[in-house]
Amino acid sequence: MKEINISQLIPVVRKLCIDANYYASPDVVEKIKFFMEKEESPTARDILALMLENHKMAAEEQMPMCQDTGVAVVFVELGQDVHLVGGDFYAAINEGVRQGYQDGYLRKSMVDDPVIERKNTKDNTPALIYTEIVPGDSLKITVAPKGGGAENMSEVKMMKAADGIEGVKDFVVDRIKRSGGNPCPPVVVGVGIGGSFEQSALLAKKALLRPLTEKHPDPKWAAVEDEILERINKLGIGPQGLGGRTTALAVQILTKPCHIASMPVAVNVNCHAHRHESAVIE
Amino acid sequence: MANEIKLQTPLTSEMLEKLQVGDKVLLSGTIYTARDAAHKRLIELLKAGKELPFNPAGAVIYYVGPAPARPGKPIGSAGPTTSYRMDPYAPALMDAGLKAMVGKGPRGQSVVDSMVKNKAVYFAAVGGAAVVIAQAVKEAKIIAYEDLGAEAIRELKVVDFPVFVANDIKGNDIFKIGVEKYRR
Ligand code: SF4
Repeated sequence: MKEINISQLIPVVRKLCIDANYYASPDVVEKIKFFMEKEESPTARDILALMLENHKMAAEEQMPMCQDTGVAVVFVELGQDVHLVGGDFYAAINEGVRQGYQDGYLRKSMVDDPVIERKNTKDNTPALIYTEIVPGDSLKITVAPKGGGAENMSEVKMMKAADGIEGVKDFVVDRIKRSGGNPCPPVVVGVGIGGSFEQSALLAKKALLRPLTEKHPDPKWAAVEDEILERINKLGIGPQGLGGRTTALAVQILTKPCHIASMPVAVNVNCHAHRHESAVIE
Repeated sequence: MANEIKLQTPLTSEMLEKLQVGDKVLLSGTIYTARDAAHKRLIELLKAGKELPFNPAGAVIYYVGPAPARPGKPIGSAGPTTSYRMDPYAPALMDAGLKAMVGKGPRGQSVVDSMVKNKAVYFAAVGGAAVVIAQAVKEAKIIAYEDLGAEAIRELKVVDFPVFVANDIKGNDIFKIGVEKYRR
């Protein structure tokens, strides 16, 4: 049994919120460069170059790469041999988010009541926190700030088994086609298949966490990812929707077993401001 | 590289005539920020026949809700917001003299028609290029509707603000032409 004091979480979450927004991850930079080389449209190449320059400047100037610094999505993997002491776990994570968004000059984008009042909570809380119990005696936290423009282009569809793999591919490609320039392409496409209605959506979001340079471990799904990516990049949408061959940087799929009568498919769209940072507390 | 053209505000019809969709433009001079709530108030003023908080003749409006500025900086990260939400208001502002709008995403047909009629253009700024854009902003001051917070109208002095011509004065729309050109 390992004791971790709750107060340790606050500075860790604070820093993850800031770092995720200031520093583009190397895999995103690598992918943008890769597609820029192949891009046929001169306007598109200019836009991709601006994105790379923006990533560099964000780190230098200590500014968020995008003004939409997102809702703070927090994934926690809690080792089952950890004993948390000294306070409320969720309150500590929210305190870390509050401090990170305040001290990092990040935009506060959360409203309390989702429909009627829609008043800004002014500190970007509450965070969306997903906790999973895993073997071990450490605690891993990932903060993935998620912008509104891309999130709004996401969708869950309860498909039929008869739709098959071709149906899944068509749905994902069509979802990106209908999104046009709204999610700030080039996008990263997270796809969750199986589980249930709500679990497919969470899978799609988790799929976004895989490094963009890593292939799906199962070759048959890796081939599906490649095919969907190729089809998306033939849509012509291009960076910012101004036309070009670079509409998506990657398609990443996560699957789970599901009911014999169901085939839920979720698409979670992320933009080129593809942000997530992790830390482990031991 | 696409064509690169430098423009200085206030804009005139003559300056916009040579622009083609896809051109990269470096915008310098004074521009004004406004989003949904500010637009609503501007239109009410126009309807009442009152003066706007800025001179609309030759003006440029940027659709943006910036992140907070660090102390000593004029503005925080300041990329564009989605433009179509301003579509209901844009034609009346162009009728009053507005020459350019800057935002992200396509515009509706009524806005495109009004651009042709009024010889105005729409520029796409790069969503997510928020730091590069913030660096182009040299001064920022709130000139109206302070109560709207991030949505208040700000007067920005910009130097070489990078944008792309999305709709020119001939009614061309890059969101259609560009996508068709690169579709396979
Ligand atoms: S979609 Fe992404 S890059 Fe575009 S404005 Fe939103 S957070 Fe920024």
